[in-house]
Amino acid sequence: MIEALQFEFMRNAVTAGILVSIACGIIGTFVVVNRIVFISGGIAHAAYGGIGLGYYFQFNPVWGAIVFALISALGMGWVEQNTKQRNDTLIGVMWAIGMAVGVILIDITEGYKAGLESYLFGSILAVPRGDLMMMFIFDLCIGILITLLYKELLAISFDPVYATTRNLPVEALYLLLVGLIALTVVMVMQIVGLIMVIALLTIPAAIAGQWQQEIKQMMLLASILGIIFTLIGLWLSYAFDLTSGATIILVSGCAYLLSLTLKMFGDRQPA
Amino acid sequence: MDTDISLQHIWAGYPKTPVLEDINLSVKSQDFIGLIGPNGGGKTTLLKVLLGLITPQQGRVEILGRPVAQGRKYIGYVPQLLELDRNFPIQVKDVVNMGRLGKRKLFHRYNQKDREIVRRSLDQVGMSDLEDRPIGDLSGGERQRVYIARALASEPKILLLDEPTANVDSRIRNSIYELLQKLNKYMTIVMISHDIGAISSYVKTVGCLNRRLYYHNDKQITPRMIEQTYQCPVDLIAHSIPHRIFPEHNDEVAAIAHGYSGECNHD
Repeated sequence: MIEALQFEFMRNAVTAGILVSIACGIIGTFVVVNRIVFISGGIAHAAYGGIGLGYYFQFNPVWGAIVFALISALGMGWVEQNTKQRNDTLIGVMWAIGMAVGVILIDITEGYKAGLESYLFGSILAVPRGDLMMMFIFDLCIGILITLLYKELLAISFDPVYATTRNLPVEALYLLLVGLIALTVVMVMQIVGLIMVIALLTIPAAIAGQWQQEIKQMMLLASILGIIFTLIGLWLSYAFDLTSGATIILVSGCAYLLSLTLKMFGDRQPA
Repeated sequence: MDTDISLQHIWAGYPKTPVLEDINLSVKSQDFIGLIGPNGGGKTTLLKVLLGLITPQQGRVEILGRPVAQGRKYIGYVPQLLELDRNFPIQVKDVVNMGRLGKRKLFHRYNQKDREIVRRSLDQVGMSDLEDRPIGDLSGGERQRVYIARALASEPKILLLDEPTANVDSRIRNSIYELLQKLNKYMTIVMISHDIGAISSYVKTVGCLNRRLYYHNDKQITPRMIEQTYQCPVDLIAHSIPHRIFPEHNDEVAAIAHGYSGECNHD
């Protein structure tokens, strides 16, 4: 690992892993406790439609992704809040349509285009320095916003009905939360790809939730776990010449299964 | 006496099948009213109307003379235990802090005064020692007390409880009712329950709700109220009811402690 750090791309990858893990640890905690992993997956796939739009109309695909992610997030958030039944179906439909729009638009775009795969798996080993700076600023913004709205976000996550009776703007706060998830998804997707976004949003926070009984501590542990998984994954992928994104996901997945087993074993012991 | 809650000609539910029909109710200050009724009789809908969570199709709701959206901040709402996720990672004191939400603006933190009121509320329900516990570690009765403490932390004028004794054993049930009786000395209490036997020994007035509300500003449940509410004759099962709630002359229709039996013709 140490000799690997002499390469700038490796140092950038490590920095990217740390920055991405912090954002995912904080936002992922809210995703997990609100049980909206499915919405996050929907946002990530719908964002691909925006990427296609960017290619077709020749503007920066990231802007397309941000717009599509935000629109689909607000749409799914609204559906989740305002329909009692079958909201998972509607979210699934938006998920699929967004993705299909992206594929078709890229199909009909002439000339050079990045393949689907680069957006699915990303390329943490080829992160430009500018993206790192952006990600650092994004982490800072998330940190500030979550600190300022902590008591409200905790309340709408735990008991939205009670929060409504206290006259909190529950729906607006909820849409703000899914909007933040959308921005996180796009920012992180650029660096590590769509599939790793979902893995990093859910797995570290899910493990942290098994062991921590407070949201703040859950965020802290999830961020630390995310960093550990990315570093181990990067090292393994370097040592054995494997795809870095997939290796990081597998490391996280194994850790999750291990944690689940330990938790089940621990719960069975008499107190 | 002042009227804390006033419902006038409330209709709610779906246009063709109303869940509440022409509900009229005025709850006096310092009352302790128990609302009973069968499942599907509209208890939850009435509660949602009182909290402004649904808008009735017709009628007027006033809380302390204000429209619901403003009046509800004076209501301390205690939900049913089952409605909340007990695996949510949160500590007792953070749950009770939520009672202070309406008092602090967005972006502001809870201050020293909030912390004092939260501590006092936990004291009132006898849960101070457990303030650092995650709620997942508490028993049903303890969690119920935490939600009562949260309601108290908002310094309410009215306490509104939804089945506060469902899923707790009888010893804890009595201790919760005794706590409510103490709180009733300085606040109005509205409680929804299916537990007619126990409710009647603690409350001041009883209403029966089955689409329509039968309420006489009185503690006595008349056979006629039961008949209208449950739409069937009911056998007398006299379990440990500390004092009579049914008039002496009940001959054919009578009481219930744990529900009802006999032939029902629901339409």
